[in-house]
Amino acid sequence: MQIDLRTVAIRPKRQTFSHIARRQGQDKAASRYQEATLDLQPTANFHYRPYWAPQFEIFDSRRTQIVMKDWYSFKDPRQFYYGTYTMARARQQDAAESAFEFVEDRGLIALLPESCREQALQVLLPLRHLEWGGNMNNTYICAYGYGTAITQAAMFHAMDRLGIAQYLTRIGLTLSGPEALDTAKTAWLEQAEWQELRRYVEDTFVLDDWFELLIAQNAVLDGLLYPLVYEAFDDAINLQGGTAISMLTQFMRDWKTETNKWLDATLKTAAAESPDNAAQLAQWVAHWQQRAQVALAPVAQLALPETGAAVLEEIAQEFSARMQKLGVRAAQTEGVAA
Amino acid sequence: MDMKTSGRKLGLKEKYAHMTRGLGWETTYQPMDKVFPYDKMEGIKIHDWEKWEDPFRLTMDAYWKYQSEKERKLYAIIDAFAQNNGHLNVTDARYINALKLFITGVSPLEYMAHRGFAHTGRQLRGVGPRVACQMQAIDEIRHVQTQIHTISNYNKFYNGMHDFRHMHDRVWYLSVPKSFFDDAISAGPFEFMVAIGFSFEYVLTNLLFVPFMSGAAFNGDMGTVTFGFSAQSDEARHMTLGLEVIKFLLEQDPDNLPIVQKWIDKWTWRGVRMLTLVAMMMDYMLPKRVMSWREAWDIYFEQNAGALFKDLARYGITMPKCVETAIKEKDHISHQAWATFYQYGAAAAFHTWMPTPEEMDWLSSKYPDSFDRYYRPRFEYWREQEAAGNRFYNKTLPMLCQTCQIPMLFTEPDDPTKIAYRETTYKGEKYHFCSDHCQHIFEDESEKYMQSWLPVHQIYQGNCFPEGVDPTAPDFDPLAAVLQWYHIQFGADNLSFEGSEDQKNFEQWRGMATQNV
Repeated sequence: MQIDLRTVAIRPKRQTFSHIARRQGQDKAASRYQEATLDLQPTANFHYRPYWAPQFEIFDSRRTQIVMKDWYSFKDPRQFYYGTYTMARARQQDAAESAFEFVEDRGLIALLPESCREQALQVLLPLRHLEWGGNMNNTYICAYGYGTAITQAAMFHAMDRLGIAQYLTRIGLTLSGPEALDTAKTAWLEQAEWQELRRYVEDTFVLDDWFELLIAQNAVLDGLLYPLVYEAFDDAINLQGGTAISMLTQFMRDWKTETNKWLDATLKTAAAESPDNAAQLAQWVAHWQQRAQVALAPVAQLALPETGAAVLEEIAQEFSARMQKLGVRAAQTEGVAA
Repeated sequence: MDMKTSGRKLGLKEKYAHMTRGLGWETTYQPMDKVFPYDKMEGIKIHDWEKWEDPFRLTMDAYWKYQSEKERKLYAIIDAFAQNNGHLNVTDARYINALKLFITGVSPLEYMAHRGFAHTGRQLRGVGPRVACQMQAIDEIRHVQTQIHTISNYNKFYNGMHDFRHMHDRVWYLSVPKSFFDDAISAGPFEFMVAIGFSFEYVLTNLLFVPFMSGAAFNGDMGTVTFGFSAQSDEARHMTLGLEVIKFLLEQDPDNLPIVQKWIDKWTWRGVRMLTLVAMMMDYMLPKRVMSWREAWDIYFEQNAGALFKDLARYGITMPKCVETAIKEKDHISHQAWATFYQYGAAAAFHTWMPTPEEMDWLSSKYPDSFDRYYRPRFEYWREQEAAGNRFYNKTLPMLCQTCQIPMLFTEPDDPTKIAYRETTYKGEKYHFCSDHCQHIFEDESEKYMQSWLPVHQIYQGNCFPEGVDPTAPDFDPLAAVLQWYHIQFGADNLSFEGSEDQKNFEQWRGMATQNV
C-alpha cells in the first residue's frame, strides 16, 4: 500500500548553481557532494601575492609539476564532503570504541602472551609519530594544493591521521602506560631500526611539490607500510594469540581500504590526463619506493623476524602492480602516435 | 577518550598532551627551520611552544562523534525545509536579498578561512596550536558547505545567488570581503592568526556572523538559523583559539607587543570597514529588524570589546585608535552604504529599494542624531522619483579606496556633509583612500596594497568584459558588458525590488501555499 501525501508543488526556476550547470547542463539536479565541491576554490583576481611565497598567487596551479586542464576532474569516489565524512568516521569510531571497551572490560590485555604485547608496543607505538607526519603532510596538501576536489580530501585525510595517531597512543596506554609512549618516542628518535624511516618522513617535510608529497606519503610510504604492519604483522600477532591487539587496529585496516579508493582514483585521473603526468608520477613513485623499501626493511625485520624481508618484497611487488594498473608508468616510445 | 592504563592514572590535561603534542618531535635529518620556514619571518619571538595552553581538548574520535550528530540534525532540517517550501515562510521576499549578500560575500570567506587555517595548521612550530588550527580548518569547510546546502534551496527559486563563486572573484562590492581575506592569508602566519583568529573571530564575530543568523531567526528563515545554531559551538571553539593566540604571543616576549598591537590596529579597522555591508543589511535589508547597527555596535563593540581591551591592558595592549573614528561614524555608515547600493542597483546582484515611511520612522527613532537631518530628505526624494517612474540609477563608476576597496562614500568623521578623501603618492603613482586609517595601512605596506585588484580600475582598463567583445564598436555598452562578465543577469538579478521577478514569484507562490485561488 502507498499513501499519497500532497504538498504544494512549485516549479523551481533552476536546478543548481550556475557554475555546476555549466559543467553538466541546466536541467540536471546536482548532488550535495557536487555543490559542496565544484569550483569552490577561488582561481582569479587574487589581490596580493603571499609574503611567504611571493613567486605564487594565493592558490596557484604552478605549485606542482602535475598539469590538469580541469582540477575538478578529480572526484572522490566516497563522495566525501564534511557531512558525509564525519558521519562515516563517527560510525567507525563507534566500532573502535566498542572494541576498546570489549578488550578493557574483559581484561583481554592481561591474557596476552608477554612476548606478543612487547612486540606490539615495539612495532606499533613509534608509528604514532609517523602518523603525525602523515597529518602534517596532508595538511600541506590541503593548504597549497589546487582545487577543492583534492584539497578537501587531503584535509579529511590529515584529520584521519591525527585520529590514527591518537588510537595508537591509546593502544600504548591500554597495553602498558604513559612510559611506553616515552620509550617508543626514544626508539623513533634514536633506535637504529627506525632511523631510515624517520629520515624518509623528515625529508618529505621539506618537499615543495604537493603532488609529489601525495605520492611520497600517501601512495608509496602508506602503500607499503599499511600492508606490512596492519596486515602481515597483524596476522603474525594473531597467530601468537594477540587477537585483542588485532581488534584495536581494525580502524586502520578499514580506513586504509576505504582511503585507497580515493587515492587510486586520484592517481588514475592524474596519470590518464597526459603522458607527461604519467611519466612524472612514475618517476616520483620509483624514487620514493626505492627509499621506502630501504626505510621499511629494518621495521619489517622487527615486526617479522623470520620472514620480514620476503614479506616486504612481496608487498612491494603488489604495490608496483597496483601502480601499473593505475597507469602510473612512463609512456612506451613505440606507442606514440604521429 | 576514556582510557584505562595499567600504570598511574592520567589527568585530562596530561592525556590530551599525549594525544597531541606528544606526537611531535624535533627533526634532525632536516633542520626545524626548513621544516617550518615561515614562523620566524614576522619578527615574532617564541621561546617555548610548550607554554601554549590548549584552548579546548577534543580528540578526533570525540570530534567525529559530536560533529556528525550536529550534521545529522542540521541536514534533517534542511531536507524538511526544502520539502515544505520553507522559503515561503520568510517575512517578505526582500529578506532573501540578505541571503544573496551572505552567499556571495560571506560564505566564500569561510572557504578562505578553511585554507588559511590549513596553512597555519601546517606552519606553526608548536604541535598544540597546529592541532587547534587544523580543527578550525576542517570546521570552516563545514561552514561553507552547510551554508551552500542551506541556501541551495533558495537558489532554486530566487535570483542573485546562482553564480556566487564566480561573482565573489569579480563583482565590485565583493572585492571588499575578498580583499580582506586575501590580505589576511597573504600575510605571515602569526598575522593571519591575529587577523582572523582574534580580530575577526573573537572581536567582530558578533557583528558579522551573528547579525545574519539573528536576521534569519527574526525573518522566519528556519534553514539559515538552524545552520547558525549548529555552528555556534564551533564558533565558541574558534573564539577561544583567537584569544589564546593573543595571550600566548604577548606572554612569550615583550618585543611581540608592538607587532601585535600594530596588527590589532590594522585588522580592527579592516574589519570595521568590511562591516559596513553588515550595517546596511541590518538597517535596510531585514523586513523585521533585529536591532539597529548602532545598537549592535554599542553592545558588541563599545561594551563587549571595550571590556576585552581592558582585560588585555595588563599585557600593554591598548584600544586601537581607529575606534574613535568608528564611533563617530556609527550613526552614518549604514545609510551611506545603502544610498550607494540604491544608486548602483543596476550593478548589484541583489535588489534595492527605499524604505517605507514606517521604516523611515524606525530609522529616525534609532538614529535621532543623523537620519532625519542627513538621509531622510534624500531617501524621500528618491522614493517619490521612483513612484513617478524616474528610478535613479547612477552610471558613473565611483572612485575606490585603495585599501578597503569601498567606494569613497564615507564622510569626514566630524562633518557628515563632506566626503572624506585622502591621497598619497608612492613611486610616482597617486593612491586614494576613504580615511586616515586606510591611508596609514597603505603607507605601512605600500608594496602590498599597490597590488590591489580594484574593480573600477580594472573596468576602465578593459579587463572586465567578456572575451571576444569589441570595446571600439560604435554600439558597445561598457556597463552591459561588465554585467555579462560578472554573470549578473540583467533584469533578473539586479535593479529595484519593486517589480522584480523575485517579488512577483514570492507573492504568487505564497498565495498558492496559503489560499485556494
